[in-house]
Amino acid sequence: MLLIIGNKSFGISSSLRHICAACIPANIPFFKYEWKKEIWNLFFVGGILLGGFVATDLLANPQPVQINQALATELAQYGIANTNSLVPVDVINWSTLFTLKGILIIVVGGVLIGFGTRYAGGCTSGHAIMGLSTLQLPSLIATCCFMLGGFIMANLILPFILQLP
Amino acid sequence: MNNSNQTNTDFEVRSLDAMCVNESTLEHKWYHNFKYLLVGISFGIVFVKAEIVSWFRIQEMFRLQSFHMYGIIGSAVITGIISVWLIKKFNIKTIYGEPITFHPKSFNKGQIIGGTLFGLGWAITGACPGPLFAQIGTGASVIIVTLLSAIAGTWLYGYFREKLPH
Repeated sequence: MLLIIGNKSFGISSSLRHICAACIPANIPFFKYEWKKEIWNLFFVGGILLGGFVATDLLANPQPVQINQALATELAQYGIANTNSLVPVDVINWSTLFTLKGILIIVVGGVLIGFGTRYAGGCTSGHAIMGLSTLQLPSLIATCCFMLGGFIMANLILPFILQLP
Repeated sequence: MNNSNQTNTDFEVRSLDAMCVNESTLEHKWYHNFKYLLVGISFGIVFVKAEIVSWFRIQEMFRLQSFHMYGIIGSAVITGIISVWLIKKFNIKTIYGEPITFHPKSFNKGQIIGGTLFGLGWAITGACPGPLFAQIGTGASVIIVTLLSAIAGTWLYGYFREKLPH
């Protein structure tokens, strides 16, 4: 789709880099490129943000999200009872931001996303979807590593983080 | 640094990236970018409606408790494969009549190390970069901090790039 519109390979994480390049290049070669040529990507993510707003506020679905009972039971142990939003508001909100748990989830998680995607050269969209569509081995390797990291975090590390006060 | 030098590095860096190498040779006015905004809006709506941006769905995926995300990613890949095949087969052009090009990604250690790090971040925040924007749109304003952290992470990568194994 995007390829047809403007010959653009689908990739979202690169938008983060463009923001870096635009705001804080700090003389680093990696950010020295003409970010203005990539501005389409920023329009695209801006659109995603607006789309999220439209979907929530104008096309709201009154039904709560149906989640697996085993997960709901497990999360309830950590005080996550509200499963109606898309993010677990019981642990991800402005007041938990200043607790150890909040910093680990919100800040450390964010840094891992930014650092990891750029190091790997793409995120779910760039590697898993666009890369696999064009049948590229590096993307398959990257996707397997995404899943590996995810399994480790969700099953081994996250339960520990969530039980922090 | 003179100007031509800068352009060269520019391309080298860009070619390593997930995109940015398919540079359109045509010059467009800035408002042509609004078409990407529209595509973005439709993606954002789908992200939210299909619950792709749900933290809970991501947890289910990594605990193998639900087929939801595997189904979505799997069908996206299959659709992608078919579209790419069709584009190549019928030599489909962009709406401006330019040929569509694909660029092979080259393998390096970053895909393993960086990929695993991203996987950790994905499962902890329940979002990859696209959904972060959608989550902010749904009103979870604290996710702005996650987004800023992700930008900081990207910046850190740029800063340490020369020292990391690739």
